[in-house]
Order: sequence, then C-alpha cells, then structure tokens
Amino acid sequence: MAEVMQESQPEVKVKEPLFGKAERKLLSDPINDNNPITVQILGVCSALAVTTLVYPSIIMAIAVIFVTAFSNLFTSMLRSTIPKSVRMIVQLVIIATLVTIVEQVLKAVNFPVYKQLSVFIGLIITNCIVMGRLEAFAMANKPWRSFLDGIGNGVGYGLILIIVAVFREVFGKGSLLAGSPLEMKIIGASDLYWVNTSTNPWFGWYMNNNMMVLSVAAMFILGILIWVQRSRNPKLIDIS
Amino acid sequence: MHSTSYIIRFVLIMTTLAALVLASLNTFLGPKHVMNEKIYNKRAVLAAVKDHLAGTDLEDMTDKDVQSIFSSKIEQKVINMSGDIVEGQTAESIDLAKEKKKPEDDRLLPLYIYTNEAGETFYIISVRGNGLWDEIWGSIALDKDLKTVAGASFDHKGETPGLGAEIKDNPSFPDQFTGKQIIDQDGNYTSIIVRKGGAKNPTNEVDAISGATVTSNGVSEMLYRGIQYYQPYFNKLKQKS
Repeated sequence: MAEVMQESQPEVKVKEPLFGKAERKLLSDPINDNNPITVQILGVCSALAVTTLVYPSIIMAIAVIFVTAFSNLFTSMLRSTIPKSVRMIVQLVIIATLVTIVEQVLKAVNFPVYKQLSVFIGLIITNCIVMGRLEAFAMANKPWRSFLDGIGNGVGYGLILIIVAVFREVFGKGSLLAGSPLEMKIIGASDLYWVNTSTNPWFGWYMNNNMMVLSVAAMFILGILIWVQRSRNPKLIDIS
Repeated sequence: MHSTSYIIRFVLIMTTLAALVLASLNTFLGPKHVMNEKIYNKRAVLAAVKDHLAGTDLEDMTDKDVQSIFSSKIEQKVINMSGDIVEGQTAESIDLAKEKKKPEDDRLLPLYIYTNEAGETFYIISVRGNGLWDEIWGSIALDKDLKTVAGASFDHKGETPGLGAEIKDNPSFPDQFTGKQIIDQDGNYTSIIVRKGGAKNPTNEVDAISGATVTSNGVSEMLYRGIQYYQPYFNKLKQKS
C-alpha cells in the first residue's frame, strides 16, 4: 500500500524561476563584471567602426542584442541534436540567418541607417561575442537561461558602444543623435547649435576635435573606460 | 556519436529551413527595399536643389512629399553622349555605376528638369567618379542659363569619416558650389575646380577639404568629366532658344 502511495505521488520537478538570482546574474554580469568588450576584449573591431554617431550605434546595439539572444536560444534548443563534428557550422548557419534577417528588416524599415552601417551589420556574423556565447554558454545550458545570457551580453556590448559613441559624437561633431528624430545640435559655428561658437563670448576658441571622428579616438576612449572600470570594480583587480 | 547519415540529414534540413525563412523574408520585403532605394536616390537628386524647394526642408519631407515632387514638378530625360534625347526611358532607371563601365560613346545620362512653384527651372545632372577608397558621386543643379550652379550634393561609398567623407557630412562643402560658373566669360568650358589651399578664382573654384587631397581632386576630376558629358545637349538647347 505504501509503495502504491509513493508511486502515485507526482515527481517533484526542480522548477527554475523565470527571474531567480541566477537569471538576474546572467543579465547583469555581462554589463559590468564580465563585459564582453571591456573585460573580455571581444567585438572591438565593430566598436571602433560604428561609433562615430550615437544613432547608428543604438541601431547596431539592438541588432547585436537580437542576434545574440536568439542565436543563443535556438542553439540551446538544438544543443542535444547538433552533431558535435559540425557544431560550428550549425552555429554559423543560425547566426548568419539571424543577421540576414536583421539586415533585411533594417533595409526595409530605416534605409538611411542601413546605408550608414553598410557592411557592419553583415559583419555581426564574425563578431566573436556571438559565437563565443554559443560555444561557452548555449551549448551547455537550457534555452531560457541561454536567451537571458544572450540579452545580457548584447546589452553589455551595446552599452559600451553607446558610451563611446556619445563621446565621439559630442566632441567630434558637436551634435547628439544626429540622423534621428531626436537630433540635438549642441556646439558649433552657426545659429542652429545651442552654443554658437561664432557669437558666444566664452566659447570662441572651441573647435570640433577631428580626431574623435577617426577610429583611433574610439581606441583611446575604450582604454580609458577599461581603466576606470578596473580601478572601481574590486572584482577586476589583477592580483597576480 | 552521430552517424554520418544523421549528420548529413541534420545539415540538409537545417540549411533548407534557413534558406526557406530567408527566401520568404526577401520576397516579402523585396518591394519595400526597391522602394526605399528609389526614395533614397530621389532625395539625393533633390538635395542639389534644396534651397529652391518652396521653403520646406528636405529632411522634414516625408517619402510621399518626395514622390509627389517627382511626379508633378520634375521632368525626367535620358540623353546620349552626342546630346540627343533617348526616348522611352526615365532618368531614374539609369544607373551611372553601370554606365561608367561602358565605352564613353555608348553611355546614357540621366537629366532631371525641376520647375518649382516660383517658375524657376533647374537642370539637375548626375556625375560619378573616384575618390580615395571607392566611388564618389553627386548631383549638380544648374540654373536656366546652363552655366550657373544652383546647388550640389555629394555622396560616397567608403571615404574616410572626418576627412573625405566630409564631402557629404559637412554641408558647407557642397554649399560652396552655389553660384559658381562652369563656363567662363569667353564661353569656354572650365568646370569647377576644388582647389587645395583655398579657392583663387571666385567664379569657378571652391576650397578643398584639408587632409583629404585625393578625395578633393577626385571631386574636381568627376565634375570636369561629368559636366562635360552634358555639354553637347546643353549646346543644342542654347542654339534652340
């Protein structure tokens, strides 16, 4: 009798909460402690290339978040069926499909930004962050967690992109969010700007820094960001 | 370990699915892409006459406004290298990148004739040449006298941001062209020269972009050849009037 009772009891399933501590850590870790750009130094190439203006950087960030999140999700869903000998190729097919979807949709929705980002949307395929997460996380974890990990890493990447772009656009062009409906003209030599350097008595000396427009500026800003982050975050202090 | 036949089946099914998704997406969005590309090119043409658009800012115009200007105020013509009008084609169907690959005598040239509310007529021509890294192109609007520039706009494929890319990004570069003459007082064709170190002759020279010598020379070269291609047609027009 006792045996029957035990058998009829439903199997206790370890239920994973949707947003438990572990899940929240998956989202927050890549933003600071394990940031793909400033800590793992991945995806730097596109971070240098697309960050001259803030608006395209935001679009790029959204594109990467979409690709990392969904490639993680699909790879994780397929992880037990993917033959080990061709897993990289399978991952690449997933990434390339998603990137092409992003490219097609962007081309239909916002053509000028598509023209501006040109090859860099397509180059998300080769972004080490995406494949790195598939190999390191999605192949060994459940779909929901993989999805969150993808979002976390995409956001971590996008955040750095936008910080770098804000510095480069404000000091290089004197504007913010140029090309978007929220365009702000901050400082420059005409009446269109908030601070008009040709009439303002305090800012007559000011000129846009042309170096900010070149990729080297992104390299400097990234270096400074890494320095600031490492000096403020005790987890990143190198004790070796 | 998976068997070889499993691997082959897996990869086949997977790639077929991916191809299906992408093919249907492309079929679905394809017309929108073509449309966007057309509007983008039309905006580039209108940018050359942006000071004569009846007070509206080109950036504030919706796609519909652009379309309506093109259908009501712009006459499209295609001309050949000897200056005759080619019937049965619209200017927007001419791709200068393809024309550039043909032998010079076989090329076709797009011409947009824009008449605004005030009754002023502008001839907008298209030019294409080489910058430092890749191709550059532009639209030049000429006044009714066919020698005074009413405006210009440039674009490029891959010039350096902050240097060569300034031909597009810095509005003060194309703005310099307004009011310049492509033909001197004696009636000789001079084109417009982008001069390194600052314009010397105010009637047909503009300042080059410092640090972007090759792109600036590319613009000069593109204008010299590009505008010259239209001269046979313009000369015929002048003779008629």
